[in-house]
This record gives sequence, structure tokens and C-alpha cells, in this order.
Amino acid sequence: MSNQYKDIVVGGGHNGLVCAAYLARAGRAVLVLEAANDVGGAAKTRSLAGKARVSAAAHFLYGMPADLVKELQLESHGLVYAQKSLSTISLHRHGSVIEIAGDSVTGEGISTADKQAYVRFSDDMRRFARALRPVFNDLPPELSIETWSQRLTLLKLGMKIRGLGRYHMRELLRIIAMNLYDLLDEYFESSQLKAAIAMDAVLGGEWGPRSMGTVMTYLYRVAGHERSNGAGIALPEGGMGTVTGAIANAARSAGAEIRTGATVARILVEDDRASGVQLENGEVIHAENVISNADPKRTFLELLGTENLDTGFVRQVRNLRSKGRAAKLHLLLNGIPQFRGVAEDKLGSRLLIAPSMDEIELAFNPCKYGEYPQRPVWEISVPSALDRTLCGSGEHVVSAILQFLPFDDSENADARRAAFAKQAVKQLEAFAPGISEQVVAVELLTPADIEKEFGMSGGHWHHVELALENFLFNRPTAQLSRHVSPLPGLYLCGAGCHPGGNVMGIAGRNAAGQVIRGGS
Amino acid sequence: MHKDQFDAVIVGAGHNGLVAACYLQRAGLKVLVLERNPYIGGATTSLPMYKDFTYSNCSYVYSLFRQEIARELELYKYGLQVIPYEGGAQIIRNDDGSYDSLGVFWHDDASRREIERFSKRDANAMERLSRDIMKQCRFIKPLLMRTPPDPTSFKPRDLMELIYLGKRFYGLGKEQMHETVRFYTMSVADYLNEYLENDALKCYMAGGAIIGTALGVYSPGTAYVLLHHAMGDIDGTVGAWGFARGGMGSVAKALNDSFIESGGTVRVDAGVEEFLVERGKLKALRLENGEIINTSLVVSSMDVRRTFNAIDANELPAWVVERVRNFRFRGSSGKVNIALDGIPSFYGIPEGSPILTGDIHVSQNMAELEKAYDDWKAGRWSEKAYVDMLLPSLIDPTMAPPGKTWMSVFIQYCPYKLADGEWTEEKRQAYGQNIVNRIAEFSPDFKEKILHMELRTPKDLEDQVGLSEGNIFQGELTMDQLIFNRPIPGYAQYRSPISGLYMCGSSTHPGGGVMGAPGANAAREILLDLGKRRRS
Repeated sequence: MSNQYKDIVVGGGHNGLVCAAYLARAGRAVLVLEAANDVGGAAKTRSLAGKARVSAAAHFLYGMPADLVKELQLESHGLVYAQKSLSTISLHRHGSVIEIAGDSVTGEGISTADKQAYVRFSDDMRRFARALRPVFNDLPPELSIETWSQRLTLLKLGMKIRGLGRYHMRELLRIIAMNLYDLLDEYFESSQLKAAIAMDAVLGGEWGPRSMGTVMTYLYRVAGHERSNGAGIALPEGGMGTVTGAIANAARSAGAEIRTGATVARILVEDDRASGVQLENGEVIHAENVISNADPKRTFLELLGTENLDTGFVRQVRNLRSKGRAAKLHLLLNGIPQFRGVAEDKLGSRLLIAPSMDEIELAFNPCKYGEYPQRPVWEISVPSALDRTLCGSGEHVVSAILQFLPFDDSENADARRAAFAKQAVKQLEAFAPGISEQVVAVELLTPADIEKEFGMSGGHWHHVELALENFLFNRPTAQLSRHVSPLPGLYLCGAGCHPGGNVMGIAGRNAAGQVIRGGS
Repeated sequence: MHKDQFDAVIVGAGHNGLVAACYLQRAGLKVLVLERNPYIGGATTSLPMYKDFTYSNCSYVYSLFRQEIARELELYKYGLQVIPYEGGAQIIRNDDGSYDSLGVFWHDDASRREIERFSKRDANAMERLSRDIMKQCRFIKPLLMRTPPDPTSFKPRDLMELIYLGKRFYGLGKEQMHETVRFYTMSVADYLNEYLENDALKCYMAGGAIIGTALGVYSPGTAYVLLHHAMGDIDGTVGAWGFARGGMGSVAKALNDSFIESGGTVRVDAGVEEFLVERGKLKALRLENGEIINTSLVVSSMDVRRTFNAIDANELPAWVVERVRNFRFRGSSGKVNIALDGIPSFYGIPEGSPILTGDIHVSQNMAELEKAYDDWKAGRWSEKAYVDMLLPSLIDPTMAPPGKTWMSVFIQYCPYKLADGEWTEEKRQAYGQNIVNRIAEFSPDFKEKILHMELRTPKDLEDQVGLSEGNIFQGELTMDQLIFNRPIPGYAQYRSPISGLYMCGSSTHPGGGVMGAPGANAAREILLDLGKRRRS
């Protein structure tokens, strides 16, 4: 039996599209099946109140490797930036505003000691991120030392770490499993500055800065910054959909076929190997390999079915932590918002509301018990300040990530969502006086909404918690850490794989390599 | 030149100081031990506080103390007796207001039958869980009595030790290696959830993972602390816990007697104020009373902060000063000792049940345990604290007069610094009341039986025992402060930047608990430097 397609990619999120693009470039017949009516998964631009558009989940492009952008020629396929290298601006309800741009921190109450410490801190973290670069960019190193290539990989990593010199090597070995809370206390005085840095490590995750492993996630972010080749925190014009649109174009031009509105119901198994997929409408499509961009829980527990798997494996997948804690708030405004202390041309920057690390912890506490936070922490952007393609003239959109919310799919979820959104807008009033008067439309996507709309288990942005226990060779599980699965012919390419979430495409690229090599 | 009267001076007569003292004295050195308090033992003491009662004032159970040390130093000959206790109990408050308890027994079948009352699935899972924890135990146990390698060093000894560690790790096999990495990075709640479904059983297990730690059950990095509960042994019975007959002071007393018998000298009421250093070399000690003791070899069993605070900072490299300053203590535990007029009764535990001789717990679910930690994070004592209650006098009659009971209560969490300012006597009173009420919720006659009560907050522990910020482990046992990072990277081999100054307290590898390993390891390193072999 000859198949029309060699590879089927289930899910047209950014990683699925990247994977398809690389497979197609290798001359393979690739089909991408996406359930929604447009590609992008959670990395898309979404309609707001029918008259404006806004990035559905993540709103900044951060850490997509420069070489990936180049290899897939994303800029000639439509990727345009509204602005690159945005600064981070932290707002405080007491009015103090600090700005982090590159290695410099400015703002009220920032001491000279803190300014110098930030230079030292950035330098130290960059060194560590560089030493760990192969770990973050390539397939994860394996714990085994059975083959020469495995030994070589570990040896290279060891050399990189040794290459840091004695002082920095010791320091890396000390902080690698540490929590960011304590590390930042060692460097800085300003609690607002510490919180602004800590937000990088807790974004999208189910933990506060006191959790062990947050230094690692911070380094992960720094590594992203390093490999973006100066793009830094970038705002794509037209929202995140522009990025995934460009990747889709790259995939198509390389010969991949992309079908939207095609929901995969089952991954088919024949002779103990993946043989294709069945769509919800009953259509069966065969292929040699199936590559799932869906998260591991959805892939194995729903699409494949536990009857095809060992109990031990099923237990591992069930136990994966995927409790999304990030919500998305979208506001359509009838005028430009006036954030206190933020110039209009800076409104598109990364605005944070996280007064102190303790307040981040306080915002985190309630979700552990299924409750909503009193005072969430925020990452906000007013993309329309830099990108006029998003809404009508005179109008503006606010895109905000709020943490930490419970996964609430109870009967009262609608009422709670509305109440929380109302309270959130009210809280924003303290930072942007008059904003509640400007609001034309409000939309809040809770983790439960995100699960429903984008099919991510638990509404988790990283598919699987980016915690140390699910890092590197344990991401998402030891057996799945190299994109291969227990079922021959079935691969994973999503954020649940190493190195994890954010719109980066590394998992998709690495997965393509594995599929081409036949998995090893 | 004036000749030193002693070959080595040990600062602090805690259990680790005494262990180091014993080994050095037995190797032929003339050793002096200096203790600030009027009694020996540090946090390993038994003191009469009320009438004929004796309390193990701080540490209160015996299990982790390394068997080989007890044998080599002949502690059993010098009076150490260990009385193992029966498992323990988790009191359960049912939704209808009735009470029950989940007992954990030493007899496996009894434990299994008890767990089956609540969950057949958990009875099976518990076997898997115990087996998996034991695998981790076997991996880690031999490392306790070894000196951590310096991973940045190219010295043959460090390289060999790294290779040894690597070989042990790879010896686990592929699957187990991955599991080990997970085990050391997960939260205890997630880890237990992978096995168990019953809240009471989960709470009973999880409690052991938060003792002495400023982390909650949902905090990553707490799962491996389960090892603490499983790592000890009594006379070869792995995982057994017991009481030292006569209280924990008996451990210190046996060490002291062993030390004196081999010719050592102990001075109490002799607090050390300063280590006098000249050109990087230790020259003498100045006591609080102004007395100078000349010596070129000092072993400090004080924690790393107090040790380095006793040295002129100009004599230390700046990076060492900074690392020591950043070493984290922040005590999180409280301790209450209570003299009771008779045996208290507990809801859900039948009168006379053997589980009363073990550790009794009252937390109802993981969320309640985690909320206790949320309180600590916010600088408050836990409203609904985790309490580890024991009635040692039930099986050690030397601790209380006939008909009376001594109750030891370990409390998690209690901050060293409160968000609303320093500890005051009123706050201590209020805190004590909170604990009494917490226990009385589960014991109807507890309040009326109280004869005397002694409370220790982390602040009190610091003031009385000298543990910085009241950390019972002389510094937190988090990954960044373990193995070659303990107490500070570069000086994790019991040595210090000052020639002649060594460390042997729980601030060094492998850390806290009445284990004796740091003391023994330090002695081994010192004798190595002196070119002497350890004799026992």
C-alpha cells in the first residue's frame, strides 16, 4: 500500500508548522491537520469583539532562534516586526516606575548599587546561559553513556561548564537547582526590580519565585534572548498570527500541505505502529509517520488511546503536571490608555505589575486551592501603540497575561470569570486612570477557556510544567524525551517536549530531525 | 615559644563536636572541647525543666545516627540505649464530625491491614512506594560518610570521588537514573500523588518531608526529604525510629563519657568569642571571659555563620565572606515540651493503642499542610500548624514520674522573624496558646492535663542553643546548600580558608539531624592533613 503522505503532523501550532516546514524541506510529503479554521494553535491572532485583533495567548516573540528564522526565511514569508528589543517596564501602585532595557535599569528608587548589580547579574546569567546553550537548543543530552555520541555530548557539556572558570563553574553548580527568590535577594535591594526579573521565571508556570527550579527557567529565558540574535522581546506586526502565518507559508512553499478545519479524532495503529489518522468526519488518512503537536496527555490518552500503551507509561503521562495558571485579558479601548509614568511610545513595551516577589507568591497561593487571586500579577502590552493594523483608528487594544488563575470549569465559571475580569479592570484603573471609562469590550480567557479553545490539556501554555522534574532528559518523560514514543512511527513535536514552551519552534525543528533520522 | 597545651580544640559540645573530639582523641591527639552553655549536647540534650520530668528539649528522636560511629566510639558501652517506637498515627476528622485514625505499624501486615481499611489500592501502592524510596536510600546512604568532591578540582582525589559518584549513579540503570533526577526535584505532594489516593496516608508521609525545611508540600525539591524518614536505622532495622533512653542528652552523654575515658577534656561555660588569626594561620582562641587559649588546630562545630563571624573579616577572602553571608538559615520550626498529668486521650485513637507510642499527626490534607507554609511565607506562624506529637515517657519511664506523661511536640512552621516585628513575650504566649488549641482540637482532655510547658521558637533556639536563625539543621538543606555546596562551594571538605581551622557542624556535608556524620568526616579530613590514621 502506498501512502499519499509520508508524514502527518497533527496540529498546526507553531511547533507543528516548524516541524512540517523542515520535513517538507527534506523533500518529504507532509500533511498538517489543524482542527481550527486557521493555523497557529495558541500562537495566533484572534478577533476581539468582532472589530479588532489581538494575540490569543503569548503576545511577544521571545527566543525564536535567529537561525531558524533565517533557515525558514520567515521574514520573506511575511514575518514583520512592529518593534524589536522592547524594554520591560515595571509599574507600582504607589507610582514608582522602573525600566529595564538591555543591561541598564532606570527609575525611581533604584540605587547605584542595584544598577551595578544588574550589570553583574546580567553578565553572570548570560555566561551561564551560553554554557548551557547546547542544552537549550539541541536535543536534550542523554543520561546514558552507552554510545560514543552520548559520551561526546556529555563531555562537550562538561567542557563548556568547565570553560566558565572555577568561580563561575562553582556558582553555576550552586544556583542551577536554586530558587530565583533567594538568588535575587543576594544581588539586589529593590523589591520592585527583583519582582520584575522574577516574572520572567514564573510566566506561564505553576509556581512562585520561591520554588526551586526558577533559576533554571530564568536561564532558559536568558538563553532565548541570546539566540534571538538581538531581536530580544519583539512585537510581531499583526500579532502572533503573523509569525505562525509566516511559518505556514514557509512550510507550504517547501511543499507541505496544510488542511484547516480538520480535527483528528484518532491516531491509527496497524501492526504495532502508527499508520495514520482518522478525522472526526470519519476520513482516514494513512502515512508512515504521525507527528503530534498536541500535548502528551491529549496525544496518548485521547488520540492514541490507552489500550495501545503499557500501564506504567500511561501512569507517567497521567501524572504529568499540566495545570495552566495563566489567563489572558483583552480590552478594546476607545482611546489611548494613560499608564502613569509610561510615555505613549513605550505602551507597546512589556509592562509588568508585580510589586514584589512576596506579592507574586501571594498571587500564586490561592490557585493551589482552586481559588482566584485577590491581586494577580500582570504582563501587559498595548500592541496597538506600535501596530496600527490591529484596530480601527482612535481605538486601542490591551493584551495582558494574568497569573495565577485556577482551572475553573465549574458551573459558576462564567460568573466567576466575569467577576474576575471586572475586578481586574478596576485594579488596572490604579495604574491607568480612566481606563475603565475607555473600555469598549472585555474578554478574559481562563485556563479552562484556553484548554477548550486550543486543546491544550489543563490550559497549560508549556503543555507540561517547565519544572526541573520535567526538564531535559525527563521532558515530558524519560521515554519521550527525544520526540520518539513507545509506538514506532509516532512522534511528539510540541512544547511538552524539550526544551519547552514559548513561541520558539525549537521542539518542532528537533522533532523533524528525529523523524528524518528515523528516531534515535 | 609557648607550647600549646592541647593539640586540637573543638568549639561546641554538640553531638558533632563530640564525635569529632572522640575520633581525634582516639587517634592520639590531646583534645579540648569548649562549650558555651553550662551543659553539653547543644541541641542534643535532656534537661530537667519541671519537677521530676526530663525533656529532650530540642532534638527528640533517634534514628539517623550512623551505626558505625556508635559502634566505633563504643556508645552502647557508655550507656546509650535506644528504644524503638511503634509506627504512628494520623488522626482523621470525618465529614460528619466523627473521628478515626490511620495507624502505621512496624509490623508490615498490621500496617497493610490498616491502610486497606481506607484504600485497597493504597495498600498495594504503599509497597511500591516503600520499595522505590528504599532504592533511593541505598543510593544515597554510602555518600553520607564520604567527603564531597570539589567538581572544579583536578586533584586525583577529587576526580576519583567524582568518578565514584558517577559510577554509582550510572550503576542505577537507565530507568532508575531518570527516576532519581525526578525524585530530587519534585514536590512531595506530586510524588505521593503518583502513588497514593488517601489523604490521611499522604499527610502522614508528607509530614516527614517538611520537617525543619522552609518549604511546603507543594514546593519542588521536597520529595527527597522523604529519605530522612527512611534512611535511619536502629541496630540494623532500616527505617526504624526510636528514643534514646533518658532523652537525647544520653547520646551526648555517651559521647562525652567515651571522650573523657580516652583522655579528653571538656570545659563548659567556656564560650569562644574570637578565632585569632595571623597571616592566614590560626593562632589562638579568645573566650568570652577574655581568656586566651593558644592552639593551631581548631574544629568548629558551630554553624558556618557563627564560625566565620568569630574571625576578623580582613583575614578572609571577600568572596568567602559574601558566600557565608548568603548561606541561608531562616529557621521554620518550633518545639514545645509539655508535662502532662496522665496520658492524654485522642479522638479516633483507642485507649491503650500501641500507636500512641509513635508519632501522632493531625493535619487533614495536603492543602492544609501547604497553607501552613503560606503562613510562614507571609511571616506568620501557621494558623493550623503541622504538629509531630510524641509521648516518649510511655516507653521510656525515665522521662516522667509514675502516672505522668512527657509530650514532645515539633511544630512546622514558625518564622524566625515575624512580619509584624520581633518576637515578644506576648507573641510567644499567643503562639503557645495557638499550639495548645491546635492539639486540644484533637484531644479532649489535653488542656486540663497540662502541668508545665516549655516553648521554643526559632529565635529561642538561636539564643539558647546558638543555632543561627534557629535552623535545626544549621542551614537549610536545599540543593544549593548540599554536598559540594555545603556550606559554601570551595570549602565543602571541612576545611576553611584559615589554615588550622576546620568545620564539623551540621552546616557541613551531609547536614543536619542527629547523625554524627559531619563530625566523623571532619575528623577523618583533619587526620589526613596531619598524616595520621584514624583509630577507633
